[in-house]
Amino acid sequence: MTLGLINANPIVREKKERITRPDHVHLHSNDHEALDPLDIYDIVRDIRDPEHPYSLEQLSVLSEDSITVDEKLARILITFTPTIQHCSMATVIGLCLRIKLKDCFPPHFKVDIKVAPGSHADEEAVNKQLNDKERIVAAMENPNLRQLVDECLYSSEL
Amino acid sequence: MADSTTISCVKHIETYVDSSSSRSPSQQDASLDALAKLLLNDIITLELLVREMEMYLTTTDNIIRARGILLLAELLTRCSSKRVEDKTVHSLVGFFADRLADWRALRGALVGCLALMRRKTDIGAISSSDANAVAQSFMQNLQVQSLGQHDRKLCFEILECLMDSYPDTVMSMEDEFVYVICEAIDGEKDPQCLLLTFRLVERLAQLYPESSSSLASYAEDLFNILGSYFPIHFTHPKGEDDAKREELSRALMLAFASTPLFEPFAIPLLLEKLSSSLPSAKIESLKYLTYCMDKYHGNVIQEQHKPLWSSLKDIVLTSAPSSLTAGSRYEDNKVADEALVLVQKLIQQDNDSVSFLKLILNDADVNMTLKNLSNYNNYDDIAVTDKQRLNAVSRILHVSAAASVASCNAIFQSVFSELVNGLQSTMQEKDYTPGGLKFGYLYVCVDLLTACSTLVKPTDKTYLDKETWCTMLHSFCPLLTSSFVKTMKESTLDIYTHTGVRGLQILASFPANFSPVSKSTFEEILVEFTSVITLKFNNASIWRFVLNALVEIGSLIKKSDDSEKMASFDVIVVEKMLPLLSSDDLSMPFSLKVGAVSKIGMTNLKYMRKIVQELNTAISTNLQKYWLDGNSNSAEHAMLLLECYVDEVLPWFQNVKDNDNVPMHFALKIWNEIEDNTMFFDSLNDKKLLETTMNGMKRAVASCSEDSQSTILDKAFSILSSSTSFQVDESMQPAEYSCREEWIISLFDSVIIALRPKTQVKNTEEILQIITRALSNAHIPSAHALGSLFNKIPNDSLEEAMDITFNKYIVRFANGNGDNEIGVSNLRLSNVNDGLVTSDAIVVGLAWVGKGLLMRGHEKVKDVIKFFLNFLISNRSTSSGSVSSSEDCDDLTRAVADSFSIIMSDSEACLNRNLHATVKPLYKQRLFNMVMPILLAAIVKSDSPIPYKSMMHRAIAHVISNTPLSAIIGEAKKLIPLMVDGLTILSEDGKNRDIVYNLLLVLSGILTDKNGQEVIVENTYTVIMCLNKLVFYQHMMLVRETAIQCLTAMTELPYASVYRFRPEVLQTLSRALDDPKRSVRQEAVRCRQAWASISSRSLHI
Repeated sequence: MTLGLINANPIVREKKERITRPDHVHLHSNDHEALDPLDIYDIVRDIRDPEHPYSLEQLSVLSEDSITVDEKLARILITFTPTIQHCSMATVIGLCLRIKLKDCFPPHFKVDIKVAPGSHADEEAVNKQLNDKERIVAAMENPNLRQLVDECLYSSEL
Repeated sequence: MADSTTISCVKHIETYVDSSSSRSPSQQDASLDALAKLLLNDIITLELLVREMEMYLTTTDNIIRARGILLLAELLTRCSSKRVEDKTVHSLVGFFADRLADWRALRGALVGCLALMRRKTDIGAISSSDANAVAQSFMQNLQVQSLGQHDRKLCFEILECLMDSYPDTVMSMEDEFVYVICEAIDGEKDPQCLLLTFRLVERLAQLYPESSSSLASYAEDLFNILGSYFPIHFTHPKGEDDAKREELSRALMLAFASTPLFEPFAIPLLLEKLSSSLPSAKIESLKYLTYCMDKYHGNVIQEQHKPLWSSLKDIVLTSAPSSLTAGSRYEDNKVADEALVLVQKLIQQDNDSVSFLKLILNDADVNMTLKNLSNYNNYDDIAVTDKQRLNAVSRILHVSAAASVASCNAIFQSVFSELVNGLQSTMQEKDYTPGGLKFGYLYVCVDLLTACSTLVKPTDKTYLDKETWCTMLHSFCPLLTSSFVKTMKESTLDIYTHTGVRGLQILASFPANFSPVSKSTFEEILVEFTSVITLKFNNASIWRFVLNALVEIGSLIKKSDDSEKMASFDVIVVEKMLPLLSSDDLSMPFSLKVGAVSKIGMTNLKYMRKIVQELNTAISTNLQKYWLDGNSNSAEHAMLLLECYVDEVLPWFQNVKDNDNVPMHFALKIWNEIEDNTMFFDSLNDKKLLETTMNGMKRAVASCSEDSQSTILDKAFSILSSSTSFQVDESMQPAEYSCREEWIISLFDSVIIALRPKTQVKNTEEILQIITRALSNAHIPSAHALGSLFNKIPNDSLEEAMDITFNKYIVRFANGNGDNEIGVSNLRLSNVNDGLVTSDAIVVGLAWVGKGLLMRGHEKVKDVIKFFLNFLISNRSTSSGSVSSSEDCDDLTRAVADSFSIIMSDSEACLNRNLHATVKPLYKQRLFNMVMPILLAAIVKSDSPIPYKSMMHRAIAHVISNTPLSAIIGEAKKLIPLMVDGLTILSEDGKNRDIVYNLLLVLSGILTDKNGQEVIVENTYTVIMCLNKLVFYQHMMLVRETAIQCLTAMTELPYASVYRFRPEVLQTLSRALDDPKRSVRQEAVRCRQAWASISSRSLHI
C-alpha cells in the first residue's frame, strides 16, 4: 500500500486484566444471569484495529463504560471513540462491531453503534451510515470490505 | 571366495563414492554399514581395503576424492574398538594429517584424524610424534573460522582430543598452540561450537601451569575473545534455548574461572556488567563473581574490594524489597539475593584482614541508615524508599554477621549495643505508645539475631562462649527479651507483633548449653507464648504466629534431642495446654483449643501420647453428655475432637512405628463408653455426630493390625449380642431400633467395614443374621458392612455365607422357596406382603454384596447380576401381571437400576483401598463385559413401554459412565446409538439430570478420542440431533454447556460428514445465545464461531 496510514502513531495502552467472574455457586439454580456491559465488552475488546496490530481496547477506542445494555427492551448501545477526528476507519470499526455482535448475541437484540459525541469530524454522517441496514448489507457484499472485516475479527496477530 | 568378497567390496565402495543423484543417502549408508561389517568380521583387512580404494583416495576429481577419503574415515570411526597394527595406524594418520592441506576433501581428513587420535593404546593408537604431525599440519593448513559449522566443530574436537590425550605434545608446542587456539575460537558464533571453545579454554588453562609464559602472554587475548560472549544472551530466541543458555553460561563461567591469569581482565568486565540495566546480566555477573572468588587468589581480589563493595551496595540498596515482613523475606529478588551471597563470600574469603567488612562498617550509607533508625517513629510513617533502605542495610548486616564468627564479632562490637540501647530507650520514653515503637531497631535486631542462630551449631558449642558477640548477647539478653515481649503483647500492628514473636522464637531456639541465652530466659519466653495461646485467641493473626513459633521450637528441641529444654517445654507448654481440652471455660473457641493442642502434640511422640489420652477422655466425656441429654454443645465438641483425631492424629501416627495401640485404644474406649451408658436420651436426632463417630471408628480400625482388629471385633460383638433387640428370632420381622441400638449397629458396621481381609471373623453366621436383619430396616451402613464382609471373608467360608444370606434371610424376606436362584417373581410377591421399604433395602444390600464380590473377582457375582438383569428385562413381559400399581413397581425397578451405580462407582464409605478392600484389577471392565451384551440384546428386542425402557437405559447409563473410557471406546460402535437413545429418553425427566450429565461426559470423551471420532462419523445425524436437543436441557446448566462443547468438538470431524448439519446447528446455537447462564452463552459463541467457519474460506486467517 502506497498510501500513508491515517493515524501513523496511535497511543497504545496496556491490555486490562480480564475480570474473572465469581464461580457459579449455584450450578443447579435457574437464576437468570443477566447480560451486562462486561459480557459485551469481553467479546468486542479483542477486535483488531483495521490499521494497526493492536486491539480496540489497547487503542482506547472502546471501554466498558461506553457500552449500555437493556435486556428487557433488547437493546445494545455502543459508543466508540476513533483515535483521530478524521479517521476514515471509523466506519470499518463500526462495521466490525456490528458483525461481531450479530454473531455473538441473539438476533432479537437491536444494536446501535455510534461514535462518541465530538470525537469525529463527520459525526452525523458516520452515525447514520453505521446504523443503515441496507448499507451494512451492501458493505458486507463487497469482497474487499468483507475480507478486511474478517481479518479484524478473527486475526490472531495481537 | 576371496574374489567374490573383493567384488562385493568394490561394489559397496562404488555405491558410497558415487556422488551422482542415482544413489540415495540410505543406500550409501547401507553400503558403509556393509563394509564396516566386513572389516569387523575380518573378512577383509584394512590394508586390502586401502589398496582397493587407492584410486578414489588419490584421484584428481575433487568430489570423488572427498567421498573416498570420507568413506575411509567413517570406516575407521566405526572400527574404533578393533585392533589395528601400529604400523597401519601410523601410515593412515600420516595420510590424513597430510590431507588436512586438501581443503576440497577436508571433511574426511578431519573425521579420519579424529577417529585415529581417539584410539586407545591397547588396540593400536598413534604415537606422540604422529600427534605432533597432526598438530603441525593443523596449524599450518587450517583457518578454522573460514570453515562450515560442522567442520569447525570437528576442528575443535581435534584440539580438545589433542589436549586430553597428548598433553606432552601440546606442552612442547607452547606459544604456537595457544596462538592456534586463540585464532580458532575468535569470532565463533554457533552455540554448539561455542560450548566446545569454552571447554577448550578451560582445558588449556588447566594444562599450562600458571607460571607459563605462553599462557600469560596470551591471557589478555584469550580473555578478550571470551569476554565478548558475556553475558550469554540469544538475540533470536527459539523455544528450547533456555536449557542451552544455562549450559553455555555455565561453561563460560568455568572458562572465566579457569586461571587466575584472567583475574585482572575478568573483574573489571564483570563489575562493568553489574551496572547494566538488564537484570539477567546483573545476576550472571554476580554468579560469575561469586564463582571466580574461589578460584582467583584472595590477595589479588583485595585490590578490587572498593569498587566491588560500591556496586554491590548499589544493587542491594536499589533492588531490596520494600516490604518489611517478619519471617520469610528473602524471596523473588534474585539480584539482591545473588549480591548478598557474594557479600558473604567476600567476607568469608578475607577473614584474616577483615578489609571488606571494614568497608561495610565504615560505609557512610550504612551508618546513616543506622543513625536514622531513631527517626522512624511509626511503621506507617516510614517512607517506601526508607523502608527499602532499611531492609537492604538489615540484610547486608545479616549476611555479614552470618559469614563467620569473626565478622559477627566485629558487627556486634560496632553496632549491636547501639541498636539495643535504641530499642530500650524507645520502650522507656515517657510518651511511649505501642504504635510508636521505633520499628527500625526492632527489625535490625531480629535480623542480627537470625544471623547469630546460623552460627551456632548444636554439636560444637562451648568455645563460642568466649567470643565477643556471645558475651554481648549474654549481657543484653534480658533487655532484648523484655522488649520483644512488650512488643508482642502491646503492639496493635501485626508487623510489630510478628517481628517481636520472631525475635523471641530465635532467642528460644538456641541450644540449651549455649550460655548467652539462659534457661530462665527460655522459660520466660515459653510462658509468654503459652499465655498468648490461652488468652489472646481473639487476635487470630498473632495467635497463629505464636502457635507456629511454639511448634517450631518444639520440633527443634525434638530434633536436637535437648533433654534440658525438653523438660522445660514439657512443664510450661504441654502441661498447660492439655487441660484446655477438658476445661469448661467457654471463652476460648473449642476449635482453636483442639487445633493448638494437636499441633503442639505433633512435634514429639511423647507429647502426642499424652495428648491422645487427653483426647480420648475428652471425646468420651462429650459423647456421654450428648447421649444423656442430647446436649448440642457437647455434640459439637465431640465432632471437632473426632475430626481432629481422624484428620490429624491418626495420619500422624501412621508414620510412627509401633503405633498400633493408639487406634485400638480409641476404638475400645468408644465401645466401653457405649457399654457403660445404657441410658440414652430419647430423641437424638443429630445424624452428623453419628456419622463422624462412624468415620472415626472406620479410620481407627482400618489402621489397626489384624490382632487388634479381632480384639475390637470381639468387644463390639459382645456388646451387640448383649442387646436383646439384636437377637435373631424366628419371626424375622423387621425390628424397630432405639437410639442406642442404632448407635451400636452403626458402629458395629463401621468395624466390619474397616476389617483387614486376614482378620479372623468368628460368629460369621450371627453377624450375617444381625446385619441382614438391620438391612431389612433400611439401614444403609449395614448394607456397606454386608458388602465388605463378602469382599473379605476367606473363600471357603464364602459359600456358606452366601447360603445363609440368600437362602435363609434375603429370600425369606422375599418370601422365596430357598432356591439359590433368587426369583424375581418371589421378590415381587413380597412387595405386596411386607411393604416396599424392605424390598428396596434388600436390593441395595444385594447391590453392595454384588460390589464386594465383583471387586474380589468371585464367580458368585454372576448370580447377583443375573438377578438384577432378570428383574429389569422380565419387567416388560410381566408388566401387565401381578404388580399392584405401576408406580410402586417403578420405585423397585429404579432401585434395581440404580444398584448398577452402586456396583460400579467408587465409594468413600466402604470397599476402598483405605479400608482394605480386596480389589482385583479391571473389575469394572469385567462387569461391563458381563452386562453389556445382555442389556444390549434386551433393549434391542424390547418393545416395552417407555417407563421400563427408561429403567434399562438408566442401568446402562450407570454402567457406561463408570467404565473406563478406553473400554468404552473399544465398543463404541455398538454403544453410540444406545447412548444417544438413552440421552433422549432419560433427558425427559429432570430427576435424571446427574445421570444425563455423566452419560454426556462419556460421549464428549469419545468425541475427543481419535478412534471414537471414527465411530461418531457413522452416527453423525443421530448424535447431532440429540445434542441439539440437549442444548436446551432446562434442568442442568452443565448439561447444556457440555452439549455445546460436544457440538464444538464435532467440527473436528471430516468436513463431508458434518457440513450438511451446519444450518441446523447454527440455528440451535443462535437460540442458545439467549441462554440464561453466562457460561453457556460464551460456550455458544465459541461453538457458533467454529461451525460458522467450517465452510467459509475467509474465516481461517
